[in-house]
Amino acid sequence: MRAWINIYWLGLKELRSVLSDFVMLLLIIYSFSLAIYAQSTATSESVNNASVAIVDEDHSALSRTIANALYPPYFKVPILISPSEIDDAMDSDTYMFVVSIPPNFERDVRKGERPSVQINIDATAVTQASLGNTYIQNIITDEVNHYITRSDEDTEYPVELVQRRAFNPNGTGMWFGAINALLNQISMLTIILTGAALLREREHGTIEHLLVMPLTSFQIVMSKVWANGLIILVSFMLSTFFVVEWILDVPIAGSRLLLFGGTALYLLAAAAIGIFLGTIARTMAQFALLLLMVIIPIMMLSGGLTPIESQPEVIQPVTWLLPSRHYMAFAQAVVFRGANITIVLPEMLKILGLGSAFFIASILLFRRSISVSK
Amino acid sequence: MAMSDSAPLLASLQGINHTYGDVQALNDITLDIPAGMMVGLLGPDGVGKSTLLGLISGARKLQDGQLQVLNGDMRSSAHRKKAGPKIAYLPQGLGKNLYADLSVEENLDFFAKLFGQKSQERALRITQLTKATGLESFLHRPAGKLSGGMKQKLGLCCSLIHDPDLLILDEPTTGVDPLSRRQFWQLIAQIRSQRHQMSVVVSTAYMDEAEGFDWLVAMDAGKVLASGKPQELKNTTGTDDLESAFVALLPLEKRGNTEKLVIPPLEVTTEKPAIIARGITRKFDDFVAVDDVSFEIKAGEIFGFLGSNGCGKTTTMKMLTGLLPISSGEAFLFGKEVDASDMKTRMRVGFMSQAFSLYTELTVHENLLLHARLFHLSTEKTAQRIRALVKRFDLQSQLHTKAQSLPLGIRQRLSLAVAVIHEPEMLILDEPTSGVDPVARDVFWRLLVELSRRDKVTIFISTHFMNEALRCDRISLMHAGKVLVYDEPKHLVAAKQASTLEEAFIGYLEEAIGGKEAPENEEPSAALASIPSEPSTSLMEPLEVASNGSVSTKSTTTDNVFSLKRMLAFSYREIMEVMRDPVRLTFAFIGSALLLLVVSYGISLDVEDLTYAAYDNDRTPQSREYLSHFEGSRYFIKKPSIQSEDDLERRMQSNEITLALEIPAGFGRTLIRGETPSVSAWIDGANTTRAGTIEGYVSGVHVAYLTQLFAEQGYDIDDYANVDLQPRYRYNPTFETIFSMGPKTPAMLLLLFPAILMAVSMAREKEIGTITNFFVTPTTRFEFLLGKQLPYIAIGMINFVTLTLLVVYLLKVPLTGSVTGLMLGAFFYVFAATGFGLLVSSITNTQVAAVFATAILTLMPTVMFSGMIQPTSTLEGGGYIIGTLWPATYYMHLSVAAFTKGLSVWQLMNDIYVLAIFGPVFVVVTALFLKKQEA
Repeated sequence: MRAWINIYWLGLKELRSVLSDFVMLLLIIYSFSLAIYAQSTATSESVNNASVAIVDEDHSALSRTIANALYPPYFKVPILISPSEIDDAMDSDTYMFVVSIPPNFERDVRKGERPSVQINIDATAVTQASLGNTYIQNIITDEVNHYITRSDEDTEYPVELVQRRAFNPNGTGMWFGAINALLNQISMLTIILTGAALLREREHGTIEHLLVMPLTSFQIVMSKVWANGLIILVSFMLSTFFVVEWILDVPIAGSRLLLFGGTALYLLAAAAIGIFLGTIARTMAQFALLLLMVIIPIMMLSGGLTPIESQPEVIQPVTWLLPSRHYMAFAQAVVFRGANITIVLPEMLKILGLGSAFFIASILLFRRSISVSK
Repeated sequence: MAMSDSAPLLASLQGINHTYGDVQALNDITLDIPAGMMVGLLGPDGVGKSTLLGLISGARKLQDGQLQVLNGDMRSSAHRKKAGPKIAYLPQGLGKNLYADLSVEENLDFFAKLFGQKSQERALRITQLTKATGLESFLHRPAGKLSGGMKQKLGLCCSLIHDPDLLILDEPTTGVDPLSRRQFWQLIAQIRSQRHQMSVVVSTAYMDEAEGFDWLVAMDAGKVLASGKPQELKNTTGTDDLESAFVALLPLEKRGNTEKLVIPPLEVTTEKPAIIARGITRKFDDFVAVDDVSFEIKAGEIFGFLGSNGCGKTTTMKMLTGLLPISSGEAFLFGKEVDASDMKTRMRVGFMSQAFSLYTELTVHENLLLHARLFHLSTEKTAQRIRALVKRFDLQSQLHTKAQSLPLGIRQRLSLAVAVIHEPEMLILDEPTSGVDPVARDVFWRLLVELSRRDKVTIFISTHFMNEALRCDRISLMHAGKVLVYDEPKHLVAAKQASTLEEAFIGYLEEAIGGKEAPENEEPSAALASIPSEPSTSLMEPLEVASNGSVSTKSTTTDNVFSLKRMLAFSYREIMEVMRDPVRLTFAFIGSALLLLVVSYGISLDVEDLTYAAYDNDRTPQSREYLSHFEGSRYFIKKPSIQSEDDLERRMQSNEITLALEIPAGFGRTLIRGETPSVSAWIDGANTTRAGTIEGYVSGVHVAYLTQLFAEQGYDIDDYANVDLQPRYRYNPTFETIFSMGPKTPAMLLLLFPAILMAVSMAREKEIGTITNFFVTPTTRFEFLLGKQLPYIAIGMINFVTLTLLVVYLLKVPLTGSVTGLMLGAFFYVFAATGFGLLVSSITNTQVAAVFATAILTLMPTVMFSGMIQPTSTLEGGGYIIGTLWPATYYMHLSVAAFTKGLSVWQLMNDIYVLAIFGPVFVVVTALFLKKQEA
């Protein structure tokens, strides 16, 4: 009981410290408003505004129709270029796709001679290349078929395939972007805030002051975890309500309470990582480098940029250790799929387990790190 | 003022005001300071002495009033540039302007370089100065490992390296043991005897030192109380000593208790000692900080601990409080062995550490309240204690002031109040009065005596002040980790047959040093004495002897113009510092190599291993035939069949499957009849990019099924196609993610690592205070910025080479294009990255804020908006704008082009041009923010 009272009062002190730091507050507000907005609105679709050029050696009605069929938002209005320009244009990245329509294309189509259309794709942007290629192929096939049959009716196939997207029927990329942005921000801010809070106390000598009082390492660490976690949790909630749901209009399918509960759990884990880094770093420069080494994998390998299942077998066990990976799975399930607690419980337990592991490790290292830092 | 008009003036101040936020530090100061004298600035802490010295030195920016120093207006930057090299400024705080990781020689060499001295001249001066100060045997010791007195000597040497006409010393002897203090003043006197024209302005808290000065200025609350010769001050106030003179000059209400402090004799109530130390020793690596220390402290006793900085006092106290483990030996508090996890003992002890260690962002009341709560005082008790302490420590008027804006003396009172809030039986106080003015010290001691005699609290206190030591029941002298002696002060004086405790102390120190090989405090007078006999190498003689004899010292300094030498001096120093912290370098190189592997292997844009399950309502050979096409696909992994609609929903929700194939009842029958049955594919749309890819795969499998279906019926589906589409995947025909991520990941790392390292390094200078060297030396802004930047550009380029080699040889991504182009781009890119780090640090004041800001401002644009996954050209809105204005976008583009597109240096030029703009822009903007003076 006494321990929890100490944790409570120390945490209040922690809250006061952060809230009295104007620059920190400004950066936190920025991170949960503008940063979220910019990040989620930026990546609206994978193939968006892709630059296309057309080499039209046919100059027929059909070739013009094809060119006209490539339109925004997927593609920019295609530019006509000459065959000799292709290599330079692709080298300089002026166009991501170049469609070459050969001479006599329309005539050959009419004769049923199956003329070739070449699609040059800049494959250095892997995802866009493959998706864009599919779109362009579909568009050309549709236009040619349409030209031949002179009707809007699609060709009849023996079996029809109807594809539907569950959870985000219109495929609005912003939804996913917004959740991913939130995850990035809360991970980064929580780790920096708690780690820095510890380092700052050490630099100012206040940590020694705490350690000669009847307080245990556990109490000191725990107070930092809850206070900084709370700041981020409140920011997260506000951001969810105002930025994500209200301004960006992203629907949350599942229970908000569950989302916030899981987030709180994740914040404990992230704060524990922050403390952990704060205890092993001897100087601010070292902390900064450690921070990068942790935050980059969190941002890139938690399933927000690319799906976990496509990560190579070697890397998967490494990313399994990131609580953020499980939190990402949890958040996606609750926000998009409307999952309830029984479904996401395993993920929550994993977050809790990993968080506890980091927490215990940092407490074990804590006192040692104080005595080393003379 | 009582100055005669004929005397030459060093400085003339008129109506000078200076404020920090709401605090008025200087209040309408008008004063003439004579030249060629030893001028002392006296006064309590926080009265504006340091501010005044900062203004005179030119390090601080003048806010209001007129200030003439060395016959010129300090407002004019032209005069400051001219006068700057003639002024030397040693800021307050032991070794504050020194570089702790650099050796004595390296520190001196750095300062000499800033003043443009040639290597021969530098070597000569360093030899002279170190010889004169007794530092010559410690040339290679890092400044951070010197004792307090030696640090100040080194600081002095650094200040004297360029023969200044004006030497400004801000409390140079605070925290220095008596022997070193004596040596320090001897040194100054020696220098002055050789350079009569040099003026010295000193601020000090020691009144006995001030007795020896030529001219004094007494200050209080931002105002000048009086100025004149020491004797004049004593005459006007009718006092015999300066301490009393100063007190007499103060307004009545500030004089404190003028009654002499009388300490009642100690009544020992119990024979059981409160503290016992038996042979305690503490080692840090190979360094023995405390060596076999033993003593006993009686209950209720005031036990004093004397010794210079770094002699082991603090370490001993930390061991007793359990903050540091004891390497060997044993210690007992209240008869119990010291145990860090023993909460009961901690409840009985109050501790006050050397530096103010309360929360500066909390108010006086909040600090008291927090500690009362942490010691679990009841609500009534808390209120009662706070009321009592506020009254007793006279904190009422500052009750709701934040601790950060309190003067040091009041802060110390608050610290003591906090330390005793739980009515401990023992107080351990580490230099509680360091930097506190005499009046405040006196108040403080009255409190201590009261606690000891009235409340029977055992007090273990360390101090530098001899008059405080005299008030202790017993004292112990410590030197170089050992306790020399401990006894009652008067016995110590008697044993050494000295007249004062100070003399006795010096006697004990000399005795201790004499017996040791290290002449740590070697009497400098010996070295100094030899100097006058050799005029050519005399300490302060201008060095015409240097080089060919015709070049005078001053002419080598090229002021106002960009000096490559000075810039390189900063670079060289930075490199030395970085090399001394190998952990940081290792982190930087190994860390980025590791991240390269994890990220470029870990990010796989080939969507594979997708889990799917079939919901087959038909269960006919036809439906199974359809589904079999999915089983054969390398993209999909089959999961057990779906049993019901609910099952489908639940399994999609739990992410067990990302694709559900629903075949309606009667599929087979309808197909055979020639009608068109439809199959539904439910795709998890949460991740939109993945969903798009899956749609493509599903269509592909569907087409394969149709093709086979037609083939079975004897048709070739290709015959029905009207057009033959030929996609050509350029640059990455095998379509592997690594060819994209391999070149892009280094681009991310080469921005983040140099930027954050740069920002921290710059913020550190501000936080520690070494940035003062930039203010007070002729260094220009660009010399300073570029000088600091160069080493980090070099680190960035080394990192570039290692990362490129890793990409080519480990990730097996061939570098097909121009190596020169890539390298050139990398150079400008790293320049831009470090430039951004500088920019961030120029708007932040602490290292914490610098890391926070750099991380927040660089990570998102680099990972999200620079084309790492999503090309910048396909972004929208703010993201697109940020991406276009961010260097990583261009370098990622260039890196991909150089690696996989095989472009020549000319084809890469567009990106290189853009990259070349960022760095200079960042540095110029930083320079605009960076002021050559403190606010």
